[in-house]
Amino acid sequence: MSESRRNFLKSAAALGAAIPAGAAAQSKPAPQADHEKQHAQHMRTATAAAQQRPYMFLSQTEAAFLDAAVSHLIPKDELGPGAKEAGVTSFIDQQLFGGYGTMARKYTQGPWPEGTPQQGYQSPLTPAAVYRAGIRDANNHCRKTYGKSFDALSRAQQDEVLKGLDGGKIELEQVRAQFFFNMLLANTVEGFFADPVYGGNRDKAGWKLVGFPGVAAVYTTFIEKHGVPYRAQPVSISDITQKIAQVDEHGHAIHVMLDDKAGV
Amino acid sequence: MAIKLKPVDVVTVGVGLTGTILAKELADLGLKVVGLERGGWRDTHPDFDMPHAHDELRYARRHELMQDLSRETLTFRNAIGDTALPMRQMGSFLPGEGVGGAAVHWNGVTWRFLPWDFETRSRTLARYGAGQLAEDCTSQDWGVTYDELEPHFDRFEYLYGICGKAGNLKGRVQLGGNPFEGPRSREYPNPPMKTSHVGAIYGKAARELGYHPFPAPSANMTRPYTNPYGVTLGACVYCGYCERFGCEMGAKASPQTTVLPVLMKNPNYELRTLANVIKVNLDSDRKRAIGVTYVDSRGREFEQPADLVLLTSYVFNNVRLMLLSGIGKPYDPAANAGVVGRNYAYQTNGNVTAFFEDKVFNQFMGAGALSMMIDDIDGDNFDHTGLGFIGGGWIGAASSGARPIDFHPVPSGTPRWGSEWKKAVSRYYNRAFGITTHGACQSYRGNYFDLDPTYRDAYGLPLLRMTFDFRQNEYRMSDYMTKKAAEIAKAAGASRMNVNPRTGKYSIVPYQSTHNTGGAVMGADPKTSAVNKYLQSWDVPNVFAIGASAFPQNGGYNPTGTVGALTFHALEAIKTKYLKQPGPLA
Ligand SMILES: Cc1cc2nc3c(=O)[nH]c(=O)nc-3n(C[C@H](O)[C@H](O)[C@H](O)COP(=O)(O)OP(=O)(O)OC[C@H]3O[C@@H](n4cnc5c(N)ncnc54)[C@H](O)[C@@H]3O)c2cc1C
Ligand code: SF4
Repeated sequence: MSESRRNFLKSAAALGAAIPAGAAAQSKPAPQADHEKQHAQHMRTATAAAQQRPYMFLSQTEAAFLDAAVSHLIPKDELGPGAKEAGVTSFIDQQLFGGYGTMARKYTQGPWPEGTPQQGYQSPLTPAAVYRAGIRDANNHCRKTYGKSFDALSRAQQDEVLKGLDGGKIELEQVRAQFFFNMLLANTVEGFFADPVYGGNRDKAGWKLVGFPGVAAVYTTFIEKHGVPYRAQPVSISDITQKIAQVDEHGHAIHVMLDDKAGV
Repeated sequence: MAIKLKPVDVVTVGVGLTGTILAKELADLGLKVVGLERGGWRDTHPDFDMPHAHDELRYARRHELMQDLSRETLTFRNAIGDTALPMRQMGSFLPGEGVGGAAVHWNGVTWRFLPWDFETRSRTLARYGAGQLAEDCTSQDWGVTYDELEPHFDRFEYLYGICGKAGNLKGRVQLGGNPFEGPRSREYPNPPMKTSHVGAIYGKAARELGYHPFPAPSANMTRPYTNPYGVTLGACVYCGYCERFGCEMGAKASPQTTVLPVLMKNPNYELRTLANVIKVNLDSDRKRAIGVTYVDSRGREFEQPADLVLLTSYVFNNVRLMLLSGIGKPYDPAANAGVVGRNYAYQTNGNVTAFFEDKVFNQFMGAGALSMMIDDIDGDNFDHTGLGFIGGGWIGAASSGARPIDFHPVPSGTPRWGSEWKKAVSRYYNRAFGITTHGACQSYRGNYFDLDPTYRDAYGLPLLRMTFDFRQNEYRMSDYMTKKAAEIAKAAGASRMNVNPRTGKYSIVPYQSTHNTGGAVMGADPKTSAVNKYLQSWDVPNVFAIGASAFPQNGGYNPTGTVGALTFHALEAIKTKYLKQPGPLA
């Protein structure tokens, strides 16, 4: 069995029935056709995405915005899947629904002057509210400028909008554009590299990109093998709890090495 | 109405690194000791069990083991005249909460400050004259010398099982250790950690340039170790989920792995968790503490009478509780008078990221304290004539666990996102490492703590307000150190590097270190110190404030080795002098 096929099956098993058989097919880029066609394609994608994992916080419109946005921040390319394919929208949804989105364990009392950059987060909005306002405002900007919402723009236009938000050229009404953009970028990177248990890093796409093995093995011996690349099939938390991966007596992963023929 | 409890001999406010050691030693003497901890109970098993212990998002990004800021935080501004605003989320530093304190999720780099550090002012004046110190610099001598502290460093290192190689045994320089350290009476209890690829490359380059590299002293055990309390720690497996994480192997020295197993068995000790101390209560003439008030998880308020109150609640709350309770005169920067809140200092960290084309490092392997260091540019280990600054710090390359959310370096000039960014991340994740320049920080008149006029905690009490920025001395030092680090990176064969000395205003946003110091500093003169050389309050002698709050300024080292030594130093004074005759220790 090929490596990627086996990994796919493993992670599909780990996610239960969450990944539909058509998941791989969806990752093809949308054809650059006319608006109608693009819209239909978008509706299909949005529906398929919703089937993958029902969103707890995001509306369909917000999910479509994020799918489009994160596919620019970490694009799918010859190196492998991007943030969209890795389920980052689903990750962000779960984060916004949970403690992160509601500012649990953070200080939320006013007053709320904007402060200096050195004073950090001073918004009266929770991250969940920042996304809600930011996406709405960004879509309004897109409709005003291009006549369409962000997800329906061409790749080039989307890129232009994201650069405008990042560089502060576009101003948003309810949140500072760069504040929203930086949050989105940070969460995208988190979702791409966090353990798949949080809904992102699907099929360990982020870990495979960089060669990170996930849950650690005992490295006491290997740490002294200087200059020898350590190439292991990454192991996630649920690989262990579901007994897909082997562990030693302390619960560390026993990694299957990628060049280890015995493991194939 | 507060519920009044039965009196005890000793109460520790906080059950972290300092609080557990003091409680253990005093309970062993037969004293009734109560430990009050605002956070919950936690232990190696089940709290740090595999596989959940290896979750970067949960621990490193969402700070599960650290302070709950919804109840209490501090406010921050760069300068007097600015409006301080609350630290709403974690950033620059990560204070602990819960049994074990920050020592549950620390790295474990465990130093002794240099003999010079304890006499910063007088030795600077003697060697360079007054011109070397900025006019508003309030750095001072500690009122205690390295030689006085040596036995206490030793006790702490044997308790915590520190792994390293001595560089100076009783005055004789040892090969393979740090030749600049103060003389130690014996070897470390455990051998140093293994050398990673990065450590080997860095060490070789540094040696070629004439420096003296050595493995960092570490609290990640290199072998199973049984400490003098009879508690056994496991051996580190270099798992790389260490800083910000609890250790699944019980191999990182912490209160859980060194002290609590015996302390919890002592019938003289009682631990109360989810117990937030809000005040030290004083008698009517304000010369004596009669106990503390705390609020529990059901909102009940208790008064715990005690003969001896030990503030072991980390720098921030040691200072805040003194201010809230009226222990010592609050510092006034305009008049440069008063002591509580004075001399807050921090760490002046810079870094160099070195990128390579032809090497791989497997930096996801490692341990919190696994690093190769040089100490040539620390303290007064080099001539500062004409440099325009004092102090320095260690320069080292760590292999402390390259988890990819936080570690995915790209060469400067790379876009922040998109295909090019992704290519650079993929290319360099395993072909880059960081060199840290861990600079000291002097104290200044305008850097201090007081109580915030606006923002309050969940109990309605004012938050601590931090006013802080770096000064010319720190910028120059960081620039000097970071240039040296870049030279080492170049000698190591880096194809490209990002060089980041500390520049610009201090920001509370990016993580720098949980090495906050001062605010209740020690010294020989009650006009410039809140506690005496035994960390005893000058004003209320049955209160001791233990921790890095006592550092008059910060050295170029991680603080905890010295915090441990001060703890044993204070403890000895309490045992041999104070308990025999309670009152001010001269
Ligand atoms: C990520 C990280 C890495 C670190 N790495 C290193 C390192 O490599 N080397 C080094 O030297 N140092 C390091 N440190 C610092 C080290 O952890 C501290 O120096 C050490 O824990 C200080 O001990 P302490 O007893 O003063 O505080 P703590 O160990 O934090 O204990 C204080 C306790 O007091 C409790 N408390 C506070 N206020 C109250 C209150 N009002 N009522 C009741 N309880 C209260 C807290 O909840 C906490 O449990 C690191 C810290 C962090 C966060
Ligand atoms: S690196 Fe070592 S000491 Fe740190 S958590 Fe892992 S096993 Fe424990």
